[in-house]
Amino acid sequence: KSSKKADFVAMHRNMYDTDVTVFSPEGRLLQVEYAMESTKQGSACVGLRSENYVVIGALKRSVNEMSSHQKKLMEIDGHMGIAIAGLTADARSIAKWMRNECLNHKYVYGSAMPSKRLCEELADKHQRTTQTYVRRPYGVGLLVAAYDEATGPHLFQTCPSGNLYEFYATAIGARSQSAKTYLEKHFEGFPSTEKDDLIVHALKALSGCVTGDGELNKDNASIAIVGKDHKFQLIEGENVAVYLDKLEVDGGAAEGGGDGDAMEE
Amino acid sequence: GSMEKYKAPRRIRTVGDNCLIGASGEYSDFQSVMDTLEGMVQDDVNYDDGEKSDAKSIHSYLRAVMYQRRSKMNPLWNDIIIAGKDFLGYVDKIGTTYEDSFIATGFGSYLAIPILRSKWRPDLTEGEARALLEDCLRVLFYRDCRALNRIQIAKVQGDDDAVVSDPYELETNWSGFEATKGDMDGDGGW
Repeated sequence: KSSKKADFVAMHRNMYDTDVTVFSPEGRLLQVEYAMESTKQGSACVGLRSENYVVIGALKRSVNEMSSHQKKLMEIDGHMGIAIAGLTADARSIAKWMRNECLNHKYVYGSAMPSKRLCEELADKHQRTTQTYVRRPYGVGLLVAAYDEATGPHLFQTCPSGNLYEFYATAIGARSQSAKTYLEKHFEGFPSTEKDDLIVHALKALSGCVTGDGELNKDNASIAIVGKDHKFQLIEGENVAVYLDKLEVDGGAAEGGGDGDAMEE
Repeated sequence: GSMEKYKAPRRIRTVGDNCLIGASGEYSDFQSVMDTLEGMVQDDVNYDDGEKSDAKSIHSYLRAVMYQRRSKMNPLWNDIIIAGKDFLGYVDKIGTTYEDSFIATGFGSYLAIPILRSKWRPDLTEGEARALLEDCLRVLFYRDCRALNRIQIAKVQGDDDAVVSDPYELETNWSGFEATKGDMDGDGGW
């Protein structure tokens, strides 16, 4: 019986999934869901925040041994940055728009763009593409990390659907469930966690998202941090190797586990 | 106040709860500026995200507007003072800006600033500050032939709401000016 329903759904998917403006019989916008699939296929990104800092991290993929690792973290303004999962070109287009909005706000109002306001406008921008015949949704999910003078640290997630979520900690992309499980275990201690420990947490969460025989190293790990009196800073290459060494010392690969006590150093 | 048709136009107004705007120059342009700023405050309410425009952002916003208008050869003909929590700034019709501990426009920049430079201290009490302002305004009444002795003083303190006083009259003393009074016959020349 259930396979009959699955067949029914599968058959109907083909009829209702060509245009973004067409609902399926189950009331779904299949094109939007396919766009979200693109996010899920991108390599993992994590984000977490403490009382004064937000850290985002990403696993950089390389096409083959000869190629560079794809950049996953981008600065938007001194107080804001993003991690991307999905269609990189779409992400760059969005980043350009965000940077422009931030710069414009700074010119007119003399202060940093409030992150929540920008993310809400970004979410509306996503939504607009789901309700018109002539465009397609953005095929990328973002984790937006920001520190506002007035309201403190923030971590947002945007979706192709136009939904906006705010998190204490989260992960998106391929095998991100492993990172989420690790973060769920530890996030209650994050508010009081020191900056360096926060970065190590992010790397531990990320290490669970690597493919079977791969490993987290200074070429494919990417971290960024922004916070109180701390402008957006990318930590890559040799700089992230320092933190990766701490991972080994603590003996912590994530795999949804990790000894809570070991982090207290 | 001025001896022009309207003796007590409201030239100081509040924007939001705790920001003060004072303007000299073209009154209708000031009204237009106030409409724009009130629209900005309403936008904040509509966003419903807890963000509120402060004096510094309003100052920066006005700068952008005034400079753009001057660049289009269609200025808003005002000199504007913006006051708020920990902030006192100036914008003029060509988009010049500055911040200082005391600011004056029009005749005040000639007559009041020297007094303020001499008498201002960072630790003035509210009473001393009001008296100092009244002294400046009194001199302006004596020396500006179009001025009246009707004034308004406004205050914004900490996070409290800004308050603008009603217009009131300054006490003046013309006894020292006897020597300037000339003979009533003749043409008044020397």
